[in-house]
Amino acid sequence: MIKIEEVRKSFGNLEVLKGIDLTVDKGEVVCLIGGSGSGKSTLLMCINALESIQSGRIEVDGIDVHAPSTDKNKLRRKLGIVFQQFNAFPHLTARENVALAPRHVLGLPKSETNQLAEHYLAHVGLGDKLDAYPTQLSGGQQQRLAIARALAMKPDYMLLDEVTSALDPELVGEVLDTLRLLAREGMTMIAVTHEIPFAREVADRVAFFHDGVIHEIGPARDLISSPQRTRTRDFLGKIL
Amino acid sequence: MLNYRFQWRAVFKHLPDLVDAAFLTLQITVLSVIIGLAIAVILAVWRRSENAWLFWLTATWVALARNTPALLQIYLFYFGLGAYGIHLSPYAAVLAAITFNNAGYLTEILRGGIDAVNPSQGRAALGLGMTPLQVYARVIFPQVFRAVFLPITNQIIWAMLGTSLGMIIGLQELTGMTTFLQSQTFRPFEFYLAAALIYLVMVETVLVCARLYARWAFRW
Ligand SMILES: Nc1ncnc2c1ncn2[C@@H]1O[C@H](COP(=O)(O)OP(=O)(O)O)[C@@H](O)[C@H]1O
Ligand SMILES: [Mg+2]
Repeated sequence: MIKIEEVRKSFGNLEVLKGIDLTVDKGEVVCLIGGSGSGKSTLLMCINALESIQSGRIEVDGIDVHAPSTDKNKLRRKLGIVFQQFNAFPHLTARENVALAPRHVLGLPKSETNQLAEHYLAHVGLGDKLDAYPTQLSGGQQQRLAIARALAMKPDYMLLDEVTSALDPELVGEVLDTLRLLAREGMTMIAVTHEIPFAREVADRVAFFHDGVIHEIGPARDLISSPQRTRTRDFLGKIL
Repeated sequence: MLNYRFQWRAVFKHLPDLVDAAFLTLQITVLSVIIGLAIAVILAVWRRSENAWLFWLTATWVALARNTPALLQIYLFYFGLGAYGIHLSPYAAVLAAITFNNAGYLTEILRGGIDAVNPSQGRAALGLGMTPLQVYARVIFPQVFRAVFLPITNQIIWAMLGTSLGMIIGLQELTGMTTFLQSQTFRPFEFYLAAALIYLVMVETVLVCARLYARWAFRW
Protein backbone atom coordinates (compact mmCIF):
# COMPACT_ATOMS: atom_id res chain seq x y z
CA MET A 1 0.00 0.00 0.00
CA ILE A 2 1.17 3.51 -0.77
CA LYS A 3 -0.01 6.06 1.73
CA ILE A 4 0.47 9.77 1.02
CA GLU A 5 -0.47 12.16 3.80
CA GLU A 6 -0.47 15.96 3.72
CA VAL A 7 2.56 16.10 1.44
CA ARG A 8 3.99 19.49 0.66
CA LYS A 9 6.85 20.13 -1.71
CA SER A 10 8.49 23.33 -2.91
CA PHE A 11 11.17 24.16 -5.43
CA GLY A 12 12.69 27.27 -3.86
CA ASN A 13 9.80 29.66 -3.32
CA LEU A 14 7.50 27.79 -5.65
CA GLU A 15 5.16 25.47 -3.77
CA VAL A 16 4.32 22.68 -6.17
CA LEU A 17 2.50 20.21 -3.92
CA LYS A 18 0.19 21.87 -1.43
CA GLY A 19 -0.99 19.07 0.78
CA ILE A 20 -1.57 15.83 -1.10
CA ASP A 21 -3.48 12.94 0.44
CA LEU A 22 -3.81 9.71 -1.48
CA THR A 23 -3.86 6.05 -0.60
CA VAL A 24 -3.30 3.40 -3.24
CA ASP A 25 -4.07 -0.21 -2.36
CA LYS A 26 -2.29 -3.27 -3.61
CA GLY A 27 -3.63 -4.21 -7.04
CA GLU A 28 -5.20 -0.83 -7.65
CA VAL A 29 -4.66 1.30 -10.76
CA VAL A 30 -4.88 5.03 -10.14
CA CYS A 31 -4.55 7.51 -12.96
CA LEU A 32 -3.50 11.09 -12.32
CA ILE A 33 -4.81 13.67 -14.75
CA GLY A 34 -4.56 17.45 -14.77
CA GLY A 35 -2.99 20.41 -16.52
CA SER A 36 0.69 20.81 -17.13
CA GLY A 37 2.54 22.13 -14.09
CA SER A 38 -0.05 20.94 -11.61
CA GLY A 39 2.49 18.75 -9.79
CA LYS A 40 1.79 15.24 -11.10
CA SER A 41 5.36 14.36 -12.07
CA THR A 42 6.69 15.86 -8.88
CA LEU A 43 4.41 13.65 -6.82
CA LEU A 44 5.63 10.51 -8.58
CA MET A 45 9.24 11.49 -7.94
CA CYS A 46 8.47 12.14 -4.27
CA ILE A 47 6.97 8.66 -3.98
CA ASN A 48 10.27 6.99 -4.91
CA ALA A 49 12.43 9.63 -3.24
CA LEU A 50 13.91 11.05 -6.42
CA GLU A 51 12.66 14.32 -4.93
CA SER A 52 12.53 15.28 -1.27
CA ILE A 53 9.43 16.66 0.47
CA GLN A 54 9.10 19.58 2.87
CA SER A 55 6.42 18.13 5.10
CA GLY A 56 3.91 15.34 5.34
CA ARG A 57 4.58 11.66 4.97
CA ILE A 58 4.78 9.01 2.28
CA GLU A 59 4.69 5.37 3.23
CA VAL A 60 5.32 2.44 0.93
CA ASP A 61 4.37 -0.88 2.54
CA GLY A 62 4.82 0.76 5.90
CA ILE A 63 8.25 2.20 5.10
CA ASP A 64 8.58 5.94 5.64
CA VAL A 65 10.07 6.95 2.28
CA HIS A 66 11.57 10.22 3.42
CA ALA A 67 12.91 9.16 6.81
CA PRO A 68 16.66 9.77 6.91
CA SER A 69 17.20 6.18 8.02
CA THR A 70 15.46 4.75 4.95
CA ASP A 71 17.77 3.14 2.39
CA LYS A 72 16.44 4.91 -0.69
CA ASN A 73 18.25 2.72 -3.20
CA LYS A 74 16.72 -0.34 -1.63
CA LEU A 75 13.29 1.24 -1.41
CA ARG A 76 13.33 2.02 -5.12
CA ARG A 77 13.49 -1.69 -5.93
CA LYS A 78 9.85 -1.88 -4.87
CA LEU A 79 8.89 0.95 -7.20
CA GLY A 80 9.41 0.76 -10.94
CA ILE A 81 9.30 4.12 -12.67
CA VAL A 82 8.98 4.97 -16.35
CA PHE A 83 9.24 8.50 -17.66
CA GLN A 84 7.89 10.42 -20.60
CA GLN A 85 11.31 10.70 -22.28
CA PHE A 86 12.62 7.39 -23.53
CA ASN A 87 15.36 6.61 -21.09
CA ALA A 88 16.84 3.55 -22.70
CA PHE A 89 20.58 3.46 -21.96
CA PRO A 90 22.01 4.04 -25.43
CA HIS A 91 25.27 2.16 -24.90
CA LEU A 92 23.55 -1.10 -23.98
CA THR A 93 21.50 -3.55 -26.04
CA ALA A 94 17.89 -4.18 -25.11
CA ARG A 95 18.98 -7.30 -23.24
CA GLU A 96 21.75 -5.46 -21.41
CA ASN A 97 19.40 -2.57 -20.56
CA VAL A 98 17.02 -4.94 -18.81
CA ALA A 99 19.73 -7.08 -17.21
CA LEU A 100 21.72 -4.14 -15.79
CA ALA A 101 19.88 -3.47 -12.54
CA PRO A 102 19.16 -7.14 -11.69
CA ARG A 103 22.85 -7.82 -12.22
CA HIS A 104 24.32 -4.94 -10.25
CA VAL A 105 21.58 -4.02 -7.81
CA LEU A 106 20.34 -7.50 -6.93
CA GLY A 107 23.68 -9.18 -7.65
CA LEU A 108 22.11 -12.00 -9.67
CA PRO A 109 24.43 -14.10 -11.84
CA LYS A 110 24.66 -13.24 -15.50
CA SER A 111 22.94 -16.38 -16.75
CA GLU A 112 19.94 -15.54 -14.61
CA THR A 113 19.78 -11.88 -15.55
CA ASN A 114 19.93 -12.76 -19.24
CA GLN A 115 16.98 -15.07 -18.78
CA LEU A 116 15.13 -12.37 -16.88
CA ALA A 117 15.83 -9.91 -19.68
CA GLU A 118 14.66 -12.30 -22.37
CA HIS A 119 11.53 -13.10 -20.42
CA TYR A 120 10.48 -9.51 -19.81
CA LEU A 121 11.40 -8.32 -23.29
CA ALA A 122 9.26 -11.09 -24.75
CA HIS A 123 6.52 -10.07 -22.33
CA VAL A 124 6.37 -6.55 -23.78
CA GLY A 125 6.63 -7.86 -27.34
CA LEU A 126 10.34 -7.24 -27.91
CA GLY A 127 11.42 -10.87 -27.97
CA ASP A 128 12.98 -10.37 -31.40
CA LYS A 129 14.95 -7.24 -30.38
CA LEU A 130 17.19 -8.68 -27.69
CA ASP A 131 20.43 -7.54 -29.28
CA ALA A 132 19.18 -4.29 -30.75
CA TYR A 133 20.62 -1.01 -29.49
CA PRO A 134 18.09 1.67 -28.53
CA THR A 135 18.95 3.74 -31.61
CA GLN A 136 17.64 0.84 -33.68
CA LEU A 137 14.27 0.88 -31.89
CA SER A 138 11.22 3.05 -32.49
CA GLY A 139 9.95 5.32 -29.72
CA GLY A 140 7.23 2.84 -28.85
CA GLN A 141 9.74 0.02 -28.67
CA GLN A 142 12.07 2.09 -26.49
CA GLN A 143 9.24 2.86 -24.13
CA ARG A 144 8.30 -0.82 -23.91
CA LEU A 145 11.96 -1.53 -23.25
CA ALA A 146 11.84 0.93 -20.35
CA ILE A 147 8.78 -0.88 -18.99
CA ALA A 148 10.48 -4.28 -19.30
CA ARG A 149 13.56 -2.86 -17.57
CA ALA A 150 11.45 -1.69 -14.64
CA LEU A 151 9.54 -4.99 -14.46
CA ALA A 152 12.72 -7.05 -14.35
CA MET A 153 13.34 -5.70 -10.85
CA LYS A 154 10.03 -7.35 -9.91
CA PRO A 155 8.65 -4.16 -8.36
CA ASP A 156 5.50 -4.16 -6.29
CA TYR A 157 4.39 -0.85 -7.77
CA MET A 158 4.78 0.90 -11.09
CA LEU A 159 4.91 4.67 -11.40
CA LEU A 160 4.25 5.81 -14.96
CA ASP A 161 4.73 9.43 -15.96
CA GLU A 162 3.02 10.21 -19.26
CA VAL A 163 4.73 7.28 -20.92
CA THR A 164 2.91 7.85 -24.21
CA SER A 165 3.17 11.64 -24.41
CA ALA A 166 6.40 11.77 -26.40
CA LEU A 167 5.29 9.12 -28.90
CA ASP A 168 4.07 9.55 -32.43
CA PRO A 169 0.30 8.92 -32.40
CA GLU A 170 0.56 5.64 -34.28
CA LEU A 171 2.90 4.23 -31.59
CA VAL A 172 0.73 5.10 -28.59
CA GLY A 173 -1.46 2.01 -28.95
CA GLU A 174 1.30 -0.56 -28.52
CA VAL A 175 2.49 1.02 -25.27
CA LEU A 176 -1.05 1.32 -23.89
CA ASP A 177 -1.56 -2.36 -24.73
CA THR A 178 1.48 -3.18 -22.62
CA LEU A 179 0.02 -1.20 -19.71
CA ARG A 180 -3.32 -2.99 -20.11
CA LEU A 181 -1.43 -6.25 -19.84
CA LEU A 182 0.17 -5.12 -16.58
CA ALA A 183 -3.19 -4.05 -15.20
CA ARG A 184 -4.70 -7.44 -16.07
CA GLU A 185 -1.85 -9.12 -14.25
CA GLY A 186 -2.77 -7.19 -11.15
CA MET A 187 0.18 -4.74 -11.06
CA THR A 188 -0.41 -1.80 -8.75
CA MET A 189 0.06 1.34 -10.81
CA ILE A 190 0.02 5.09 -10.44
CA ALA A 191 -0.08 6.46 -13.95
CA VAL A 192 0.01 10.09 -15.02
CA THR A 193 -1.76 10.21 -18.37
CA HIS A 194 -3.60 12.37 -20.84
CA GLU A 195 -5.21 9.32 -22.43
CA ILE A 196 -8.65 9.76 -20.86
CA PRO A 197 -10.35 6.81 -22.57
CA PHE A 198 -7.48 4.62 -21.41
CA ALA A 199 -7.87 5.91 -17.85
CA ARG A 200 -11.57 5.21 -17.90
CA GLU A 201 -11.00 1.71 -19.17
CA VAL A 202 -8.07 0.63 -17.02
CA ALA A 203 -8.05 2.73 -13.84
CA ASP A 204 -9.94 1.94 -10.70
CA ARG A 205 -9.76 5.54 -9.61
CA VAL A 206 -8.82 8.79 -11.29
CA ALA A 207 -7.45 11.84 -9.47
CA PHE A 208 -7.67 15.28 -11.03
CA PHE A 209 -4.75 17.51 -10.09
CA HIS A 210 -5.04 21.24 -10.05
CA ASP A 211 -2.48 23.70 -8.74
CA GLY A 212 -0.73 21.31 -6.39
CA VAL A 213 -3.76 19.65 -4.85
CA ILE A 214 -6.02 16.75 -5.74
CA HIS A 215 -9.03 18.75 -6.76
CA GLU A 216 -11.28 15.76 -7.30
CA ILE A 217 -10.88 12.02 -7.01
CA GLY A 218 -13.26 9.16 -7.61
CA PRO A 219 -13.98 5.93 -9.42
CA ALA A 220 -12.69 6.26 -12.99
CA ARG A 221 -16.04 6.04 -14.77
CA ASP A 222 -17.79 8.43 -12.41
CA LEU A 223 -15.09 11.06 -12.42
CA ILE A 224 -14.70 11.04 -16.17
CA SER A 225 -18.40 10.72 -17.09
CA SER A 226 -19.84 12.97 -14.43
CA PRO A 227 -17.23 15.16 -12.75
CA GLN A 228 -18.61 16.99 -9.77
CA ARG A 229 -16.49 20.12 -9.86
CA THR A 230 -16.31 22.83 -12.48
CA ARG A 231 -12.54 22.75 -12.98
CA THR A 232 -12.58 19.01 -13.55
CA ARG A 233 -15.39 19.43 -16.07
CA ASP A 234 -13.51 22.22 -17.84
CA PHE A 235 -10.32 20.19 -18.01
CA LEU A 236 -12.06 17.08 -19.33
CA GLY A 237 -14.05 19.17 -21.77
CA LYS A 238 -10.86 20.63 -23.17
CA ILE A 239 -8.93 17.38 -23.43
CA LEU A 240 -11.66 15.04 -24.71
CA MET B 1 66.51 24.35 -54.67
CA LEU B 2 66.65 22.46 -57.91
CA ASN B 3 70.35 21.98 -57.41
CA TYR B 4 69.90 20.72 -53.87
CA ARG B 5 71.31 17.23 -53.61
CA PHE B 6 69.73 15.14 -50.93
CA GLN B 7 72.25 13.44 -48.74
CA TRP B 8 70.67 11.14 -46.25
CA ARG B 9 73.81 9.67 -44.77
CA ALA B 10 73.94 12.20 -41.92
CA VAL B 11 70.32 11.51 -41.11
CA PHE B 12 70.86 7.78 -40.98
CA LYS B 13 73.89 8.23 -38.81
CA HIS B 14 71.92 10.31 -36.32
CA LEU B 15 68.74 8.27 -36.54
CA PRO B 16 69.18 6.87 -33.01
CA ASP B 17 69.34 10.47 -31.70
CA LEU B 18 66.15 11.33 -33.55
CA VAL B 19 64.41 8.24 -32.21
CA ASP B 20 65.52 9.09 -28.67
CA ALA B 21 64.19 12.61 -29.13
CA ALA B 22 60.93 11.24 -30.48
CA PHE B 23 60.60 9.17 -27.31
CA LEU B 24 61.08 12.33 -25.26
CA THR B 25 58.29 13.96 -27.28
CA LEU B 26 56.13 10.92 -26.69
CA GLN B 27 56.92 10.89 -22.99
CA ILE B 28 55.94 14.51 -22.49
CA THR B 29 52.80 13.93 -24.54
CA VAL B 30 51.69 10.92 -22.51
CA LEU B 31 52.50 12.49 -19.14
CA SER B 32 50.94 15.83 -20.00
CA VAL B 33 47.74 14.19 -21.20
CA ILE B 34 47.43 11.85 -18.21
CA ILE B 35 48.18 14.53 -15.61
CA GLY B 36 46.17 17.08 -17.59
CA LEU B 37 43.19 14.74 -17.67
CA ALA B 38 43.39 14.13 -13.93
CA ILE B 39 43.43 17.88 -13.31
CA ALA B 40 40.65 18.41 -15.84
CA VAL B 41 38.37 15.97 -14.02
CA ILE B 42 38.80 18.03 -10.86
CA LEU B 43 38.39 21.34 -12.68
CA ALA B 44 35.27 20.09 -14.48
CA VAL B 45 33.74 19.28 -11.10
CA TRP B 46 34.83 22.63 -9.59
CA ARG B 47 33.41 24.41 -12.60
CA ARG B 48 29.96 23.33 -11.38
CA SER B 49 30.75 24.16 -7.77
CA GLU B 50 28.78 26.67 -5.74
CA ASN B 51 32.03 27.93 -4.29
CA ALA B 52 32.90 31.17 -6.07
CA TRP B 53 36.65 30.73 -5.51
CA LEU B 54 36.72 27.31 -7.11
CA PHE B 55 34.57 28.51 -9.97
CA TRP B 56 36.83 31.47 -10.71
CA LEU B 57 40.00 29.47 -10.34
CA THR B 58 38.68 27.05 -12.93
CA ALA B 59 37.38 29.75 -15.24
CA THR B 60 40.73 31.56 -15.08
CA TRP B 61 42.70 28.40 -15.71
CA VAL B 62 40.56 27.48 -18.72
CA ALA B 63 40.73 30.99 -20.18
CA LEU B 64 44.51 31.32 -19.75
CA ALA B 65 45.15 27.85 -21.15
CA ARG B 66 42.94 28.22 -24.19
CA ASN B 67 43.11 31.89 -25.02
CA THR B 68 46.83 32.65 -24.76
CA PRO B 69 49.64 31.35 -26.98
CA ALA B 70 51.09 28.05 -25.82
CA LEU B 71 54.57 29.50 -26.29
CA LEU B 72 53.75 32.25 -23.82
CA GLN B 73 52.62 29.60 -21.36
CA ILE B 74 55.98 27.86 -21.69
CA TYR B 75 57.77 31.19 -21.11
CA LEU B 76 55.66 31.79 -18.03
CA PHE B 77 56.73 28.49 -16.51
CA TYR B 78 60.36 28.83 -17.58
CA PHE B 79 61.25 32.52 -17.26
CA GLY B 80 58.23 33.69 -15.26
CA LEU B 81 58.69 31.30 -12.38
CA GLY B 82 62.44 31.83 -12.65
CA ALA B 83 61.91 35.45 -11.64
CA TYR B 84 60.43 34.15 -8.39
CA GLY B 85 63.43 31.95 -7.80
CA ILE B 86 61.65 28.81 -8.99
CA HIS B 87 63.99 27.46 -11.64
CA LEU B 88 62.48 24.69 -13.72
CA SER B 89 64.54 22.69 -16.14
CA PRO B 90 63.45 23.02 -19.79
CA TYR B 91 61.92 19.55 -19.48
CA ALA B 92 59.94 20.40 -16.36
CA ALA B 93 58.84 23.76 -17.76
CA VAL B 94 57.60 22.25 -21.01
CA LEU B 95 55.87 19.39 -19.22
CA ALA B 96 54.22 21.83 -16.81
CA ALA B 97 53.14 24.21 -19.55
CA ILE B 98 51.73 21.55 -21.87
CA THR B 99 49.98 19.91 -18.92
CA PHE B 100 48.53 23.27 -17.91
CA ASN B 101 47.38 23.80 -21.47
CA ASN B 102 45.92 20.30 -21.80
CA ALA B 103 44.07 20.61 -18.52
CA GLY B 104 42.34 23.76 -19.78
CA TYR B 105 41.21 22.24 -23.04
CA LEU B 106 40.30 18.91 -21.48
CA THR B 107 38.17 20.64 -18.85
CA GLU B 108 36.03 22.11 -21.59
CA ILE B 109 35.93 18.79 -23.42
CA LEU B 110 34.76 16.99 -20.28
CA ARG B 111 32.18 19.66 -19.58
CA GLY B 112 30.79 19.22 -23.07
CA GLY B 113 30.78 15.45 -22.60
CA ILE B 114 28.86 15.66 -19.34
CA ASP B 115 26.37 18.09 -20.88
CA ALA B 116 25.88 15.68 -23.76
CA VAL B 117 24.32 13.10 -21.44
CA ASN B 118 20.62 13.61 -20.87
CA PRO B 119 20.06 14.20 -17.13
CA SER B 120 17.02 11.94 -17.27
CA GLN B 121 19.41 9.01 -17.82
CA GLY B 122 20.67 9.36 -14.27
CA ARG B 123 17.16 9.66 -12.90
CA ALA B 124 16.08 6.51 -14.72
CA ALA B 125 19.07 4.59 -13.40
CA LEU B 126 18.47 5.77 -9.82
CA GLY B 127 14.85 4.76 -10.28
CA LEU B 128 16.02 1.20 -10.86
CA GLY B 129 17.60 1.15 -7.43
CA MET B 130 21.19 1.73 -8.52
CA THR B 131 23.47 3.61 -6.14
CA PRO B 132 24.79 6.99 -7.32
CA LEU B 133 28.20 5.41 -7.84
CA GLN B 134 26.73 2.63 -9.99
CA VAL B 135 24.72 5.18 -11.94
CA TYR B 136 27.86 7.11 -12.64
CA ALA B 137 30.03 4.13 -13.52
CA ARG B 138 27.59 2.09 -15.57
CA VAL B 139 25.30 4.66 -17.15
CA ILE B 140 26.78 8.17 -17.19
CA PHE B 141 30.49 7.52 -17.64
CA PRO B 142 30.23 5.28 -20.72
CA GLN B 143 28.21 7.97 -22.47
CA VAL B 144 30.55 10.77 -21.44
CA PHE B 145 33.48 8.65 -22.55
CA ARG B 146 32.07 8.26 -26.02
CA ALA B 147 31.30 11.96 -26.30
CA VAL B 148 34.84 12.98 -25.28
CA PHE B 149 36.77 10.24 -27.04
CA LEU B 150 37.33 11.96 -30.35
CA PRO B 151 38.04 15.43 -28.88
CA ILE B 152 40.54 13.88 -26.47
CA THR B 153 42.24 12.08 -29.35
CA ASN B 154 42.59 15.44 -31.08
CA GLN B 155 43.97 16.93 -27.88
CA ILE B 156 46.60 14.19 -27.64
CA ILE B 157 47.74 15.03 -31.14
CA TRP B 158 47.72 18.73 -30.38
CA ALA B 159 49.86 18.08 -27.29
CA MET B 160 52.31 15.96 -29.28
CA LEU B 161 52.82 18.67 -31.87
CA GLY B 162 52.79 21.37 -29.19
CA THR B 163 55.80 19.87 -27.42
CA SER B 164 57.89 21.12 -30.38
CA LEU B 165 57.68 24.59 -28.83
CA GLY B 166 60.01 23.22 -26.18
CA MET B 167 62.98 23.68 -28.52
CA ILE B 168 62.77 27.42 -27.96
CA ILE B 169 63.89 27.02 -24.36
CA GLY B 170 66.48 24.42 -25.37
CA LEU B 171 64.62 21.17 -24.86
CA GLN B 172 65.90 18.51 -27.22
CA GLU B 173 62.65 16.86 -28.03
CA LEU B 174 62.18 15.85 -31.65
CA THR B 175 62.13 19.34 -33.14
CA GLY B 176 64.86 20.62 -30.84
CA MET B 177 67.10 17.67 -31.59
CA THR B 178 66.46 18.01 -35.31
CA THR B 179 67.36 21.66 -35.22
CA PHE B 180 70.54 20.90 -33.35
CA LEU B 181 71.58 18.10 -35.70
CA GLN B 182 70.94 20.01 -38.91
CA SER B 183 73.03 22.88 -37.62
CA GLN B 184 75.86 20.44 -36.98
CA THR B 185 75.61 18.71 -40.34
CA PHE B 186 74.24 21.44 -42.60
CA ARG B 187 71.56 19.11 -43.97
CA PRO B 188 68.43 21.02 -42.84
CA PHE B 189 66.09 19.76 -45.52
CA GLU B 190 66.86 16.10 -44.90
CA PHE B 191 66.67 16.41 -41.15
CA TYR B 192 63.40 18.37 -41.09
CA LEU B 193 61.86 15.98 -43.60
CA ALA B 194 62.92 13.04 -41.48
CA ALA B 195 61.48 14.70 -38.36
CA ALA B 196 58.24 15.45 -40.21
CA LEU B 197 58.03 11.80 -41.18
CA ILE B 198 58.51 10.70 -37.56
CA TYR B 199 55.78 13.12 -36.37
CA LEU B 200 53.47 11.80 -39.08
CA VAL B 201 54.06 8.21 -38.09
CA MET B 202 53.39 9.00 -34.43
CA VAL B 203 50.23 10.98 -35.17
CA GLU B 204 48.88 8.43 -37.62
CA THR B 205 49.54 5.66 -35.10
CA VAL B 206 47.47 7.51 -32.52
CA LEU B 207 44.71 8.13 -35.05
CA VAL B 208 44.58 4.55 -36.31
CA CYS B 209 44.57 3.12 -32.79
CA ALA B 210 41.83 5.55 -31.77
CA ARG B 211 39.75 4.68 -34.81
CA LEU B 212 40.10 0.94 -34.27
CA TYR B 213 39.28 1.27 -30.59
CA ALA B 214 36.25 3.45 -31.33
CA ARG B 215 34.94 1.00 -33.90
CA TRP B 216 35.24 -1.81 -31.38
CA ALA B 217 33.94 0.09 -28.34
CA PHE B 218 31.19 2.28 -29.78
CA ARG B 219 29.04 -0.06 -31.80
CA TRP B 220 25.96 1.62 -30.34
N1 LIG C 1 13.50 20.49 -10.59
C1 LIG C 1 12.64 21.53 -10.56
N2 LIG C 1 13.08 22.75 -10.18
C2 LIG C 1 12.22 23.79 -10.14
N3 LIG C 1 10.92 23.74 -10.48
C3 LIG C 1 10.43 22.56 -10.86
C4 LIG C 1 11.25 21.40 -10.94
N4 LIG C 1 10.49 20.37 -11.36
C5 LIG C 1 9.26 20.86 -11.56
N5 LIG C 1 9.21 22.18 -11.27
C6 LIG C 1 8.02 23.03 -11.30
O1 LIG C 1 7.02 22.42 -10.51
C7 LIG C 1 5.76 22.58 -11.10
C8 LIG C 1 5.09 21.24 -11.23
O2 LIG C 1 5.81 20.48 -12.19
P1 LIG C 1 5.42 19.00 -12.56
O3 LIG C 1 5.33 18.17 -11.33
O4 LIG C 1 6.37 18.56 -13.59
O5 LIG C 1 3.97 19.18 -13.18
P2 LIG C 1 3.15 18.21 -14.14
O6 LIG C 1 3.87 16.89 -14.19
O7 LIG C 1 1.82 18.13 -13.52
O8 LIG C 1 3.12 18.87 -15.47
C9 LIG C 1 5.96 23.31 -12.41
O9 LIG C 1 5.68 24.66 -12.20
C10 LIG C 1 7.42 23.10 -12.69
O10 LIG C 1 7.93 24.20 -13.40
MG1 LIG D 1 4.72 15.96 -15.85
